[in-house]
Amino acid sequence: MLTIDQLSLQLPVYASWWKREWTTCLDKLSLHFSAGEVHAVVGASGAGKSLLAYAMMGLLPTPARLNGQLYYQGSPLDRPRQRQLRGRELALIPQSLNALDPLVRTQRQVAWAAQRSGQPSKSARHAAQLALDHYQLDARAQQAYAHELSGGMARRVLTAMAHVSQAQLVIADEPSVGLDPHQRQRVLAALRELADQGKTVILITHDLRHALPIADRVTIMRHGKQVETAAASAFQGNGDSLTAVYSQALWQALPDNSFSIRGTRKAQQDIQKEANVA
Amino acid sequence: MSEAQPRLRAALSLGVTTLLVLGLVASQWLLGDSAQQMQFDARLAPPSLNHWLGTDALGRELWARTLAGLALSFWVGCLAALLSTLIALSLAALATLSPRLDALVSLVIDTLLSVPHLILLMLIAFALGGGTQAVIIAVAITHWPRLARVLRAELLQLRQAPYVLISQALGKSRWFVLHAHLLPHLIPHCLVGALLLFPHAILHEAALTFLGFGLSPSQPAIGVLLAEAMRYLSGGYWWLGVFPGLALLMMVLSFERLSNHLRRAL
Amino acid sequence: MRLTALIAKRLVRLALVLLCVALVSFGLMMASPIDPIDAYLGPQMAQVSPEQRALIAQRWGFDESAAIQFGHWLRQLVSGDLGWSHVYNQPVSEVIGQRFQRSIILLGSAWLLSALLGFSLGVAAGAKEGSKLDNAISTYAFITASTPAFWLAILAVLLFSVTLGWTPTCCAGPTGILSQEVTLLSRLHHLVLPVTTLALLGIATITLHTRARMLELMRSAVATHAFAQGASRLDVAWRHGLRHASLPAMTLAFASLGELFGGSILIEQVFAYPGLGQATVAAGLRSDVPLLLGIALFTALFVSVGNLIADSLYAVIDPRIQSGGL
Repeated sequence: MLTIDQLSLQLPVYASWWKREWTTCLDKLSLHFSAGEVHAVVGASGAGKSLLAYAMMGLLPTPARLNGQLYYQGSPLDRPRQRQLRGRELALIPQSLNALDPLVRTQRQVAWAAQRSGQPSKSARHAAQLALDHYQLDARAQQAYAHELSGGMARRVLTAMAHVSQAQLVIADEPSVGLDPHQRQRVLAALRELADQGKTVILITHDLRHALPIADRVTIMRHGKQVETAAASAFQGNGDSLTAVYSQALWQALPDNSFSIRGTRKAQQDIQKEANVA
Repeated sequence: MSEAQPRLRAALSLGVTTLLVLGLVASQWLLGDSAQQMQFDARLAPPSLNHWLGTDALGRELWARTLAGLALSFWVGCLAALLSTLIALSLAALATLSPRLDALVSLVIDTLLSVPHLILLMLIAFALGGGTQAVIIAVAITHWPRLARVLRAELLQLRQAPYVLISQALGKSRWFVLHAHLLPHLIPHCLVGALLLFPHAILHEAALTFLGFGLSPSQPAIGVLLAEAMRYLSGGYWWLGVFPGLALLMMVLSFERLSNHLRRAL
Repeated sequence: MRLTALIAKRLVRLALVLLCVALVSFGLMMASPIDPIDAYLGPQMAQVSPEQRALIAQRWGFDESAAIQFGHWLRQLVSGDLGWSHVYNQPVSEVIGQRFQRSIILLGSAWLLSALLGFSLGVAAGAKEGSKLDNAISTYAFITASTPAFWLAILAVLLFSVTLGWTPTCCAGPTGILSQEVTLLSRLHHLVLPVTTLALLGIATITLHTRARMLELMRSAVATHAFAQGASRLDVAWRHGLRHASLPAMTLAFASLGELFGGSILIEQVFAYPGLGQATVAAGLRSDVPLLLGIALFTALFVSVGNLIADSLYAVIDPRIQSGGL
């Protein structure tokens, strides 16, 4: 459905007062996302996960150098096509709850999202109503402003806005942040449901634990590089079926696996060696 | 040079403005009193090769008078902005000492902000009897409130900042805290604040002088030049009205640009 | 309930500020080295004997201490008596009333014009940073924001009145005709240039402010999210931008009444428009202390009410403050 081929991204930073340098944020990523799967992209903060999401949507800040190719359903996905498909085929559930306009009531924002996906205003309002009901946002929440919503409700509103666009590819950027376990499960289940309808869901998260219950495949990222892409089922036992040391370490570092990293210092060195080879 | 390199732009406009100011100061030193020399055979002469910007009703060269006026404006603006910044800094510091002083200072600020600037300027200039000193003091007294508000907020925040509290708990002297923690934060604010004040100060000085409350009519201030030009407007002596104002606009613009760029770069 | 309490608090503050304005301006007048009796007598100063001067001083209460004079003035003020203007030979309240009637047309239309145009230009410029339209509008706003008001007025007179002859050079109506007999059309004809010049200056501040707010919004998470939904720039500017920029613009419009009034003093002076601004200059130049004090207080009231409205707008309109969320 969506293929990324040798994608690199550089952003400018000030090295000193005068000198501006280009720092590499994404380094030759090649990935394939297929229909009907939840594909988790996992990495520590600063690994470049959100930038990857913005690159796929075509929403990068202007002074950015982007190399490599994107293909959507077989044909190249360049900026004009991205602009055309955004909201119709591609949807993003943003990480920040600030993405909700604080001056607009929930119901209206969702209806706008539907309109922007190309539906006429009357059916858009209807679709918004359905989506809001689907995500169990009651009448009070529908008439509320963003600051009156709880974190979980706001997440569901954002999900509803992606859902209502009927996009085939949904990118969810850290949807589980700041939620209690119950709320988190509801939000993640909603994503799984989207994939089961035949859509592609890209789940971006820093927490492997949140990704595994719903993901089909998992891509591990570190420092803008792709460490490994594996089936979710590979994350079991002591992680021997994983090829990269870093993914094994991530897996073993989970509390359920009793934090059993085989000598932290040793693991660190191995990870560094692995990165150098790549 | 692009939008993405604000620091280069700031350095560039700093250079340009410094050059302009140096040129202005040097011109006053070189020209002496040519701004006041009258040529009775060339009264109200239009701009030409002999009289670059034309002459006024007494045959004085407009370009010399405009330059002299700019230099005057510059010094008045400098002193007023400096004085204003000092008032802002000291009152902001005073306000952070106790809640009662804070309330008092904010009442003073509200009072000053509730009278139109120009009327307050007129009242103060009136109270001081007019003249250059009165203008400088009047402009200084009216322009500090906004900067004082910014500095007060900054100081209040700094006082509660963890590193200041830790420094105090470690028994560092007041002088050390001021020197090591407070000043590095305050100086950029003061610098940019003073630079932002400067164009306003110049404009208000010119306005006040234009209305007849400021510098004495015998001085070649921009406000005086323009007030004189008013008398010859209907006679079609356009150069008298156009050039002094244009020069003032250029000076204000170059300082506005500088402060804008500095604010973005710092 | 919270809102009424808030507004009551603001009104008390307003009264306190006005009292301070009265105190400060009275103090300034007292400190002036210009002798009000000399100013009143003018060239006749030499013909008046010291005894007569003392008599005048006594009648005006100048022989009392400053505190007693202030108390006296304040008492008169509360009873609605602002004193006597010797420049216009009329009660101060009448001078202010008449003059303000003329000025309010100038101020009001310039204010509306600058608020509406300034807001639209700011939105248009901020919608697409770096576009040609943005560059043109922000250059214009940046330059007019640094332009001396009176110089702009002089240029306008030079161009439109002297060179082109489209508009009259002075006053609120043709000279030599009683003000009651001036036709509406002629009045408007005399107003066009002053209003335009005054508005031009006000537009710049509101444009720059609105543009900054728009840029802030266009870079915010809200805008990025809207773009992700497939919204066009126009859509984002229209649906989100207008909402986010209108309140700050309205606030600024009310908070800048002082500057507007300052501008009107200069512009009335250049166009010889007989409004409150011109009266202010006359009062100052000819040491008409009661009139100057009256005008200072009146304009302070005018500006503080503007500030009060500006401060309260957020509380009344912004949903975040309404429910105590912010």
